[in-house]
Amino acid sequence: MPSAIPRRARRRGPRRFTRRDLLVTGVLLGLPILLDLAVIWGPTLASVGLSFTSWDGIGDIEWVGGRNYHDLFTDYPPFWPAARNNLLWLAFLGLIATPFGLLLAVLLDRGVRFSRFYQSTLYMPVVLSLAIVGFIAQLILSRDQGALNAVLARDNPVDWLGDPDLNIWMILLAAGWRHTGYVMILYLAGLKSVDPSLKEAAAIDGAGARQTFFRVVLPTLRPVNVIVGVITVIEALRAFDIVYAVNQGRNGLELLSVLVTDNIIGEAARIGFGSAIAVVLLVVSLGFIVAYLVQEMRQGKVPGGDRETRRGKVPGKAQEKGEEERR
Amino acid sequence: MAQSSFSGSAGQYSGIGDAGHRMSRRTLLRATALGTGAVALPALLTACGSGPGGDSVTLGSNASDPVPKKAFADAFDAYEKTSKKKVKVNTVDHNSFQQNINRYLKGSPDDVFMWFAGYRMQFFAKKGLLTDISDLWPEFQGFSKALKDQSTGEDGKQYFVPYYYYPWAVFYRKSVFQQHGYEVPKTFDQYTALARRMRKDGLVPIAFGDKDGWPAMGTFDYLDMRANGYEFHLSLMRGKESWTDPRVKRVFDLWRGILPYHQQGANGRTWQEAAQSLARKQAGMTVLGLPHPGQQFTAADRADLDFFPFPEIDSRYGQEAVEAPVDGFLLAKKAKNKKGAKDLLKYLATPDAEERYLKSDPNNVAVNDRASTASYNALQKKAADLVSGARQISQFMDRDTRPDFAQTVMIPSIQRFINDPDDIDGLLKSIESQKKTLFAAE
Amino acid sequence: MTAPALPPRPRVRPGRLGLHAFLLTVSLAFLAPLLLAVYASLRPYEETAEHGYFSLPRHLSLDYYRQAFSDSGMSRYFANSLLIAVPGVLITLFLASFAAFALSRLRLRGATALLIVFTAGNLLPQQVIVTPLYVLFNRVPLPYWMSDSLTMYDSYWAVIVVHIGFQLGFCVFVLANYMRTLPMEILEAAVVDGAGVWTQYWRVTLPLCRPALAALGTLQFTWMYNDFLWALVFISTGDKLPITSALNNLRGQFFTDYNLLAAGSVLVALPTILVFFLLQRHFIAGLTLGAGKG
Repeated sequence: MPSAIPRRARRRGPRRFTRRDLLVTGVLLGLPILLDLAVIWGPTLASVGLSFTSWDGIGDIEWVGGRNYHDLFTDYPPFWPAARNNLLWLAFLGLIATPFGLLLAVLLDRGVRFSRFYQSTLYMPVVLSLAIVGFIAQLILSRDQGALNAVLARDNPVDWLGDPDLNIWMILLAAGWRHTGYVMILYLAGLKSVDPSLKEAAAIDGAGARQTFFRVVLPTLRPVNVIVGVITVIEALRAFDIVYAVNQGRNGLELLSVLVTDNIIGEAARIGFGSAIAVVLLVVSLGFIVAYLVQEMRQGKVPGGDRETRRGKVPGKAQEKGEEERR
Repeated sequence: MAQSSFSGSAGQYSGIGDAGHRMSRRTLLRATALGTGAVALPALLTACGSGPGGDSVTLGSNASDPVPKKAFADAFDAYEKTSKKKVKVNTVDHNSFQQNINRYLKGSPDDVFMWFAGYRMQFFAKKGLLTDISDLWPEFQGFSKALKDQSTGEDGKQYFVPYYYYPWAVFYRKSVFQQHGYEVPKTFDQYTALARRMRKDGLVPIAFGDKDGWPAMGTFDYLDMRANGYEFHLSLMRGKESWTDPRVKRVFDLWRGILPYHQQGANGRTWQEAAQSLARKQAGMTVLGLPHPGQQFTAADRADLDFFPFPEIDSRYGQEAVEAPVDGFLLAKKAKNKKGAKDLLKYLATPDAEERYLKSDPNNVAVNDRASTASYNALQKKAADLVSGARQISQFMDRDTRPDFAQTVMIPSIQRFINDPDDIDGLLKSIESQKKTLFAAE
Repeated sequence: MTAPALPPRPRVRPGRLGLHAFLLTVSLAFLAPLLLAVYASLRPYEETAEHGYFSLPRHLSLDYYRQAFSDSGMSRYFANSLLIAVPGVLITLFLASFAAFALSRLRLRGATALLIVFTAGNLLPQQVIVTPLYVLFNRVPLPYWMSDSLTMYDSYWAVIVVHIGFQLGFCVFVLANYMRTLPMEILEAAVVDGAGVWTQYWRVTLPLCRPALAALGTLQFTWMYNDFLWALVFISTGDKLPITSALNNLRGQFFTDYNLLAAGSVLVALPTILVFFLLQRHFIAGLTLGAGKG
């Protein structure tokens, strides 16, 4: 059956759409594309341009070539700590928070009682706004008034937020706190749709719970893995609000996005310089994501690698599709 | 549970559930209708209200918390009553207002807006974002020369109407000083000796919190002005001196000398927590501004709060300079109703306008000599005396220098110094090279 | 799919108890900071300042909630937030769902490239595009009935448009992924019946996406509602700012009563929590991101 579809699709080729179809598609696909270009990509390119200039947002824009980048790498003390913290963030979310979210999802998927309660509780941190996250950090970690010192170290208080070697780990915990719930919900949704007969079949074959998970369940979660992977990278590289709420991202809590904010959004108005930091951040993000997507695409299971899309053009893919459907 | 919804959606997957289709389509239609309504709503809302321009004066305010907000409203009300004109206040919270100031002034600013005296005001004036109000100044009465200087741009014209200020000083509790028999120190040596004694008495000598980044600037400013004089300090702030200069190094050396008497872990402590330890008699003194520590005291304890001017380091400069940030009003270049705005500014420069404000917000001091001090509490009176006796008035580091330098260089640098006070040379070298980059643009 | 999706109700085993103990511990650890925040919001600042946040209460009251609501002028800002978030979410979902449909179902040439453009657009840090957009919005004139500033700057339009543009990428990415899990056969059948593109999208595909739309709607609402950056940058009239600025109004220039702020934050968070609870069922089904559907 499936093999008939691509041929039909191909045969109808260009006359597939009526004029009305073309109009609808043109307008409704054109609008988001236009918006994306006008609001996101256009300004991004403009920012790349601005990164080679010096501008205070008021006076004239002055071309300075690569000076901003030179200053950034050689004469801006917060830059390297910020880059390091962003990578640390990525490693922590990717290696700890994301797998932890997956673990919770797997446990909850086993049909435990009170599952909805657990889900809601674990998801709660995701909906919180900046102000309350900052307050909660103060509440728990404040050296003089916080709950943690009240419990652990009454006489010899630890400076959880002020010690630049320590505070980043506390903040990573807070970031993980928010990230875990997010990831858990995504995976939970994915797990709900794993065909239980697959698991049963594996169980009959004598596979243990762990084996079933790694050999059967995880591979079928591939589309979720892609989304979670992308989200983890985004969250790690765009991370901003928690440190900003805690101490405006200073004293050990530097992040690239905070440096961009300090220079562009705030009173400082070093727009060219801030844009240069943003461009660095952009290049790093794009590097990660494109590498990730390309790798995933090779497997042919991501939006980019879209099997339906290809099916119309590449008849050879029909075979694979057929196999998947039987599964 | 989730299971039921799952099978529900699975039913839909088969694509045959007709009822399901109709249901969801209806929901979607309803949602769309709602959406269209919601999209049109902002337009309708903005359409209410009067047309562009109009008779009233618009005023951009950064006083969003209840006490100052009400105090300003009282003052504007009084103006509206006597002049029969309208003041339309646009309030944005303090932090957002400050972060947005460039965009605000280039975009669509209000006629009159609140700002600070000093370098930042001069910067905006130089960039042509302000309207010169030199024509109003001859009529103003009761402003000292120091104030006029603070209101004057680099071109010699006035742009600013000062309103109130709040001096910085060393705060302490009278009862603690009495209990231990401490005396107010005049010189830096006495100050250090006092700190040493306080530690022996089991007190934290100097409460200190710099998590927010700005509070420690006050200590730096005073150390520099006392050790090197106001002129040098200002010139350092304007980027005209080198930060690797031995005079600057001396400031940090002095600071390092008393840093052990400061509360430990300052970078993780808010100034409120620092002031709190003063209120709880755990700490002996703290360097802050007039409006700060009082809010951490209970009403009953507030009378116990007192301050002394930052002690003398070099007898050539004594205690003549006072750090007293001045807040006031500016007239935007883009103002639509300049005539009305100037009329309002004239009123705001009067003693009456200041008295009305301070009645509701006793945390500041009026700038106008003629404003009545009858309603002042003891602390306010002392603050007024301190400022009127000052030879020079500095604003505060983040107002006396470029904001990019203060925000992106000095805050991290001072925090680094607090973490590691021993690497002064490395720190100053780093500040100097960043300073060169920033000030090169001027 | 009518077969029980879960293993049969398990017998009580020690393993189950351990599982519950683990889940309960984690849940409590997740909830504790929030409960502590709520607890702090019920106590006066002087008390927590003196005794620390982890101490027994002497006074408990809801006064801060009343004060937070009235002092911050919350109701107006709440309306502003809805004015931004509701159209923002709806338009985003509409445009994104069509784009996702077109790119994943219509076999267009260049669909892959476009999907990458959308997905990658979502990765950019917000701060990157602020300045050019500010300049742009200042130059876009709007009639007075649309914006009393006569430009796009300092109007809701600017914030809504940016929200939509910025979130489109994520929604297209998720929805395209989701739509791919829907059986193509339904669409084929509709095409055979002579359905045009609009019918295929609106009548055939969209109803099947309701769960995904509900899920995205929840996330998008949370994000747009909690946003402060766009509004901070593109709006200069205080009365037009969203709810996040109401919280800033509770901070003084210098002094912040954190307990009052906590009460305000709890009030501000209520709508997002409510939306989550209302849509939870759809949510779980809706983020079914296309794992093997069986």
